[in-house]
Amino acid sequence: MLELLWLVPAIPFASALVLAVVRLPRKVVAWLAVASIAASTIISLLITYSFLHAPPAGNAYTEVLWRWLDVSGFHPDIALYLDPLSLIFMVVVAFVSFLIHLYSTEFMIGDDGYSRFFAYMNLFVASMLTLVLANNLLLLYLGWEGVGLCSYLLIGFWYRDPVNGLAGRKAFIVTRVGDTSFAIGLFLLFQQLGTLNIQDLMRVAPQSWHVGSGVAVAVAFLLLGGAVGKSAQLPLQTWLPDAMAGPTPVSALIHAATMVTAGVYLIARTHVLYALAPSAQFAVAVIGAATLLLAGFSALTQHDLKRVLAYSTISQVGYMFLALGVGAWPAAVFHFMTHAFFKALLFLGAGIVIQALHEEHDIFRMGGLWNRLPVAFWTFLIAGCSLAGLPLITAGAFSKDWILWGAASAAQGSTGLWVAALVGVLLTSLYTFRMIFLVFFGQEHTPIAKKPGAAMLIPCIVLAFLSIAGGYIRIPFAHFLEEVLPWTTRVASAVPLSETASATAAGLVFLLGLVLAWFFILRRPSLSSALVKNPAGAALHRFWFSDWAMDWLYERLFVRPILWIAQIGKGDVIDGSYDGLALLTQGGWRALRSTQSGKLRWYAAVIAGGTIIFIAVVLFL
Amino acid sequence: MILLWLIVVLIIGGILAWAVARAIPLLSRWISVVAILLDLALALYLAVQHLNAGPWLAQADWDWIPQFGIHFHLAMDGLSLLLVILTLFIGLLAVFVSWREITTAIGFYHFNILCILAGILGVFLSLDLFLFYFSWELMLVPMYFLILLWGREHRARAAIKFFLFTQISGLLMLIAILALYIAHYRVTGIYTFEYAELLGTPLSPLASMCIMLGFFAAFAVKLPVFPFHTWLPDACAEASTGTNMILAGLLATTAGYGMIRFLFPLFPNATRTFAPIAMILAVIGILYGAFLALSQTNLMRLLAYASISHLGFVLLGIFASNALSVQGAVMTMIAHGISTGALFLIAGLLEARTGSRELDSMSGLWDTVPRLSGVGLFFALASLGLPGMGDFIGEFLVLLGTFRGHLIFAIVAACGVLAAMFYALRFVQRAFHGPNLRQLHLPDLAMREGFVLGVMIVALLWLGFYPQPVFHTFAHAANHLPALWR
Repeated sequence: MLELLWLVPAIPFASALVLAVVRLPRKVVAWLAVASIAASTIISLLITYSFLHAPPAGNAYTEVLWRWLDVSGFHPDIALYLDPLSLIFMVVVAFVSFLIHLYSTEFMIGDDGYSRFFAYMNLFVASMLTLVLANNLLLLYLGWEGVGLCSYLLIGFWYRDPVNGLAGRKAFIVTRVGDTSFAIGLFLLFQQLGTLNIQDLMRVAPQSWHVGSGVAVAVAFLLLGGAVGKSAQLPLQTWLPDAMAGPTPVSALIHAATMVTAGVYLIARTHVLYALAPSAQFAVAVIGAATLLLAGFSALTQHDLKRVLAYSTISQVGYMFLALGVGAWPAAVFHFMTHAFFKALLFLGAGIVIQALHEEHDIFRMGGLWNRLPVAFWTFLIAGCSLAGLPLITAGAFSKDWILWGAASAAQGSTGLWVAALVGVLLTSLYTFRMIFLVFFGQEHTPIAKKPGAAMLIPCIVLAFLSIAGGYIRIPFAHFLEEVLPWTTRVASAVPLSETASATAAGLVFLLGLVLAWFFILRRPSLSSALVKNPAGAALHRFWFSDWAMDWLYERLFVRPILWIAQIGKGDVIDGSYDGLALLTQGGWRALRSTQSGKLRWYAAVIAGGTIIFIAVVLFL
Repeated sequence: MILLWLIVVLIIGGILAWAVARAIPLLSRWISVVAILLDLALALYLAVQHLNAGPWLAQADWDWIPQFGIHFHLAMDGLSLLLVILTLFIGLLAVFVSWREITTAIGFYHFNILCILAGILGVFLSLDLFLFYFSWELMLVPMYFLILLWGREHRARAAIKFFLFTQISGLLMLIAILALYIAHYRVTGIYTFEYAELLGTPLSPLASMCIMLGFFAAFAVKLPVFPFHTWLPDACAEASTGTNMILAGLLATTAGYGMIRFLFPLFPNATRTFAPIAMILAVIGILYGAFLALSQTNLMRLLAYASISHLGFVLLGIFASNALSVQGAVMTMIAHGISTGALFLIAGLLEARTGSRELDSMSGLWDTVPRLSGVGLFFALASLGLPGMGDFIGEFLVLLGTFRGHLIFAIVAACGVLAAMFYALRFVQRAFHGPNLRQLHLPDLAMREGFVLGVMIVALLWLGFYPQPVFHTFAHAANHLPALWR
């Protein structure tokens, strides 16, 4: 069964190719797109079954397809590597993609780029699966760039509006800044260790480098640069909110459930390097904590439903980074999984709402939808509770509590990080319920135009189920990952509390957020508007609303100087010097020509003068 | 003998094409196609028959002017083979694009194209420096005519600029060749232009450096290397599409080839001393080209600067002179020939449809020519170094190799890859995306165009996913080019 592994990325790739090249009727397009992902999902589930029941030797399976290139000691293969970590990512990616594809068949039905949409989507799934299954970093990089490309293409999918194109280019370029760092990291790794095969690297690195050695730290930081770009963490998070310009299923799949967690996967995959570079690992934790707070504040102030969710995604991926940074590896992967379920669901629900209200994105013009779109409401509510962390029931609460516990007790945890994570819980609860109350409760502002059909509702229901049930597999999940991602707890934990106490604190904070949101949005809306109108509040609101003014800063620091340089260089200054040379020649020609005056006396005088000078030179030198 | 035929077939084809054009213009095109296909068949025959025979797949040696030690010495190894196939491939496509575009003096046009191809093949196959120089110049004059006679508005200026740049640098190379020739005579008492005998001619460091720079001047202009690049954008802005494909896609490979074949083996020490400067020029060229491409409004000019940027990687890889980087440079030359050739081809197709080379006159073309736009997107992505395509393999190996000894250059050049995104995405946005402002209704890719571009896509993906045959072919050549990497 395991030898079918290559089909998992190959089928979506082949269908992407067909969809891009052959012109097909809509029905066939939908069928082909969904069926290919379904096939991938089924194969990946069969592989999981086989993997669990008859684990391969060493609990890992490598499938070499062909030798990519073989140049003077550099010989990466096109090869797939399956171990518990990549298996989890593979299954989640394939399954969530399948649901979102199903949803999209209805969501995109009126669009004239139907086939193009699914071609890009399938190419994305193929790239993402390649990314998580790659056995060497070069192939991983191929998938990495592939998902970046699809993200660019899908954000700018409605290409007629230049704004969408701009958002797509921004996403591609900003993430590629990180990718450049990643690539340099690959050069350094190869130069030092002579291979890019991930398992070889993880085996050789601890033998070659001691903990904290300069090269290890450099490599870890360079890879972190790539992870930060792809996963929209500080300081490269600015592209994700704008990425919401794409169709909503794209936001659900790429910019919430899968691609943005690629950075998490990369760090988890190379966790040995981070163990060798404690300072880099600490940086991961700090970046995660800072991002989850900053994005949480920004989410509080957004008006656009999808932007709220975008900042929420940045914030939740921040949690995963925090978990990675403190060494609570399985908690990060677990949160990736639960987040994929509930965040995809939130976006799908948002898509239903937005489509129902004539493309209305502003949450202040929504309201009262709970009985108009009942299925959407209930599933959205479940996902929202999971996101905010409704204790004991929802998957999100289990995964987040685990991260909190990790921040307190894991090898690199500390009180500060735990408190940051706890404040994050408050923010999450606040913005989540602010959003839910504004969208589904209160007065109805806009009438319903369209009700969702079965293809859109079934994925929501399935994801809602998983947003709850997903939490209960924590123990077997941790056990499954044990060998790949060890979790070392500290003997004396940084924060003097037990796991239960930490979870209780989180539960109380969740409740506090819920009550505050209810009070400010439903009970006393005037209070919150007063808060925003007060000058200090207004300034803060603007600041948070604009993502801590980072776009403003980058615009001035990078975009404008680059365009300015390009503009002044337009005429090619170097060419000017050749023109100067040409002018000089012309000038010389003019000067010499003017001596050809035709006056015999002048010629005689010049000949005489020349002779005298010549004789003088010969005599005196 | 086959090697001679490779060149002769093209020249005979060129003369025939010229001769019949007045009577039946179409026949002239077909003769060119047949001549190139025949050559391609010969080259592939050599590849299949003799690839594992030894370092040289085939040789042919005749006395030409024995008094001066000039031989007609042709030889082909793996490197020449690769570049010969590339040349014929791009040449064939150049003839295809000209089908509609060139309507005046059809015979003379094809004569010139085939002569240039013969010259390029001569460059790749000569092992006699005199013959090499002869071939080098053989490329020049037809190209001058191609720009001058079938160019756009300011063609005369562009043609003269091209002629001056290449002629002056070519003369420097001639002087260098003669200097080497005489220096060899002084030591051994034998007059010879033979490559194998000139290898290892003892030279003082200064003489070696001067002679090396003479060669480098010619190669630097042809590649082109910053700051000797300014003829290329002007020429590309004016020349016809087919000419541009040869200009940017093929002439550069002759320069890269010259460096690998002659510069390093003949002057191992001087090149080593000079390497840092060459690499600085390469890195500047990578960034400079990318930035200038960003602000161009003429599509051909944009592609020319993009090409300069990519060719910086070739120079960087060769002068970083280690196994990875040189093989990366060879791969970059090949992939760049295809992807840049395709981009110029696309620009030509866009010009034929919109009537302009200005980006401002295009917008939202995806609405009306989705297939052409999709293909344009594909090659733009190749240009920005997306993995899975040949350009990526080449540039990645160059950087990987350069990183070993010259960390800073590799890092700066990696930023150049990033800069490639700016112009490539801007091109896609300005041409294909955005609103269809002029409400254009244009014909999408025709069968022939689609076929040609499809072949190029397959070639580029093949190089991206299974480049091993190229490296394998080159490996044979690399064995007898020991000075390349130390």
